[in-house]
Amino acid sequence: MKTPFAITLDAGSSLLNKTGSWRTERPVYLDRLPPCNHACPAGENIQQWLYLTEEGRYEQAWRQIMDDNPFPAVMGRVCYHPCEVSCNRGQLDEPVGINAVERFLGDQALINEWHMEAGAPTGKQVMVVGAGPGGLAAAYHLRRMGHEVTVYDASPQAGGMVRYGIPKYRMPREKLRAEVARIEQMGADLQLNTRIDDVIAARDEGKFDAVFLSIGAQLPKRVDIKINGELPVLDAVTVLRNTELEEPTGLRGQVVVYGGGNTAMDVARSAVRLGAKSATVVVFEAREHMPAHEFEVKEACEEGVELICLRAIREVNGNEVTLEKMVPSEGRWPQPTGQFDTITADVVVQALGQNVHTDLVETISGIKIAEGAVQVGIDMQTGSPGIFAGGDMIPSERTVTTSIGHGKKAARNIDAYLRGIPYDAAEKHELITFDMLNTWYYSDAPRTVRPMLSVMRRQSGFAEIVGNIDQDNATFEARRCMSCGNCFECDNCYGVCPDNAVTKLGPGMRFEFKYDYCKGCGLCVSECPCGAIKMTPEEI
Amino acid sequence: MDRSNSLDSGHRACQGCGEALGARFAIDAAMRATNNQLIAANATGCLEVFTTPYPETAWSVPWIHSLFGNAAAVGAGIAAALRAKGREDVRVIAQGGDGGTTDIGFGCLSGMFDRNDDVLYICYNNEAYMNTGVQRSSATPGAARTATTMPVGKDPGNVFNTGKSVPLIAMAHLVPYVATASVHDLHDLEHKVTKAMGIHGARYIELFVPCPLGWGSKPSDTVKIARLAVECGLYPLIEAEHGELAGVTKIRRQTPVEEYLKLQRRFAHVLKPANVHQLEQLQAIADRNIKKFSLIEEQGGQE
Repeated sequence: MKTPFAITLDAGSSLLNKTGSWRTERPVYLDRLPPCNHACPAGENIQQWLYLTEEGRYEQAWRQIMDDNPFPAVMGRVCYHPCEVSCNRGQLDEPVGINAVERFLGDQALINEWHMEAGAPTGKQVMVVGAGPGGLAAAYHLRRMGHEVTVYDASPQAGGMVRYGIPKYRMPREKLRAEVARIEQMGADLQLNTRIDDVIAARDEGKFDAVFLSIGAQLPKRVDIKINGELPVLDAVTVLRNTELEEPTGLRGQVVVYGGGNTAMDVARSAVRLGAKSATVVVFEAREHMPAHEFEVKEACEEGVELICLRAIREVNGNEVTLEKMVPSEGRWPQPTGQFDTITADVVVQALGQNVHTDLVETISGIKIAEGAVQVGIDMQTGSPGIFAGGDMIPSERTVTTSIGHGKKAARNIDAYLRGIPYDAAEKHELITFDMLNTWYYSDAPRTVRPMLSVMRRQSGFAEIVGNIDQDNATFEARRCMSCGNCFECDNCYGVCPDNAVTKLGPGMRFEFKYDYCKGCGLCVSECPCGAIKMTPEEI
Repeated sequence: MDRSNSLDSGHRACQGCGEALGARFAIDAAMRATNNQLIAANATGCLEVFTTPYPETAWSVPWIHSLFGNAAAVGAGIAAALRAKGREDVRVIAQGGDGGTTDIGFGCLSGMFDRNDDVLYICYNNEAYMNTGVQRSSATPGAARTATTMPVGKDPGNVFNTGKSVPLIAMAHLVPYVATASVHDLHDLEHKVTKAMGIHGARYIELFVPCPLGWGSKPSDTVKIARLAVECGLYPLIEAEHGELAGVTKIRRQTPVEEYLKLQRRFAHVLKPANVHQLEQLQAIADRNIKKFSLIEEQGGQE
């Protein structure tokens, strides 16, 4: 080749110069564990289903939930959403309304009649005792794995505490019924009105290969109150159950509820709806230390429920209830003061928590019970081989979502047990924290507020009080997700690389580094909004 | 999205070079806007040196380098030649660093503006002569340490109230389009280059491009520093048409100048208690910019 004047070498491309050799650290793409997923007791991949919702792929989003949790419509109503509490967006403006989106997806599934299929039959049979959220979740997952499942429950309807403990105004029954029916359609056999008194005999008679116990905690805790006179003293479990069965509840006149938890709120709020003259909750703790969730207390007060905090009920004389004033202390519990006052009541309801009915398991050899709860290993198996347990009957948070998580975990371990192989849970990714994000790239967007029923209507009936968000709002809310720790293909790394050392692989395929040219400046890591890249030292 | 990668891998810019990033975006945007019919003239400087160590080149665009001070004149000459040949489809960019623009090439640039030559001039402003070892230019800010403005004495670093703002000088020439942009907002940068290529006549865009080596900052902080410069008010992003201010980018999350300064060793002395007067001077400049260009959104009476 003839070169022009003053040029003695042929021109070449800079691509010959492999600047990757400058590098001492290399960027690598990774998936980190978003705090919502980490906090979800049912182990949902929330970040992923929000991503699918954002794209308008509702059915896929719903199926993503269904991989872990068969009750999106129930969850979207009764879950206390620890995901939102831990949401990184809460440190930027407000958490993503995950619960509202879950409800939207759950309801979409019911409207469109989306179904799940059972797995290929394995020939194995599993007995589940208790048709509450834990037992039903286990049954659902076992059906997906192809095992035959029979669920026994003493009550006339499935749902456990979701039905007999959570009032209708929070959990409309048709939604629960529809989600249970979907599990039945997958071939789970529900035997209601059937109390199991002898687990071993029932297992042997039915030729079951494994057992999952999930009978909950239904025995009301009571404190002894000295009663002079005829004032009825009821317990919350029975009152709520009778409310559900539309039997007389005994809630009338001036109702006094004793307890500071969510159940106490449920009773007081039900009393308002049933036409009680007043509903007063006597709380042992200070207002800010009440175990009930803040929104429950707030809503109860809106509906006219009255709170009297830092009081203990000491005795009842006729219609007069004597309360002792308590003072907060350094320790766990408030201390008595010796000062008293009184209120009047027509009925007192104790809502002080529940214990596990351990009679069922006490006779089974090998099962260990400690502090009123059944002890299980990390595989959810009790001391009796092949008998697994979960839900409120084992030491736990005692929420619906926790039970559903237990059901899933138990199903996976039962499956491994039936196949005779150890269950290996997938290793968890590193948790992503707020400081690993670059929030500059997220647009300012306030949270969508869910519509609420007017107080008047809330006081007069059991209609659902929290309204739906519509499709636009659901998509908007899902878009507020920052996709913590998981690439959403924003192109920032591809954009900010001064060395053009990032290859874009196309939609859904993410990116790849050109390590021949990457100088290791780390700009991609700094400017990745969601913390899905990290620098790792080169081996030199 | 296909991009031309006009400035390709293998160039020898330092890790985290703001100029390399800014140049690739600017020229890629211009290529898209001109259907790849583009010629670039380059002043002497980092951009020239790190892209074209003979016989290699990182450019995949017709590109010419002549002297330090004459990029605007070379660009004007190419534009004249194209006009003579009737090639209306081919457009011209001249580009250089702040030294080659605000100091050495200033006469040629002013002439290009004066004649309204059909050239887009892009200045990559990293506020000093980085290629030759970080000497002060007329774009170096007050208090900044350079090789020729050492941080010694009562008023360490560069002297305040010196230097010049070429975007404002360009506006005074009443050229059709003047803009400032920054590598922290690449969409805005692309938008401004694309807009400039849709206009004929002399146009000027100044890009704010942090220099890890010269500023003593982490390579991974380049974009963050550019963002803070804009968010604290020290580097306003503006657009002007025919000498009139036509738009500003509002500050979204206002920060004190200190946040911007503390990431750069060239300002380390400013954050010492003895030099608090320098910090105050820099904050005053930012505050003046915010007021002058209305960089903060009016709250509209709400809260």
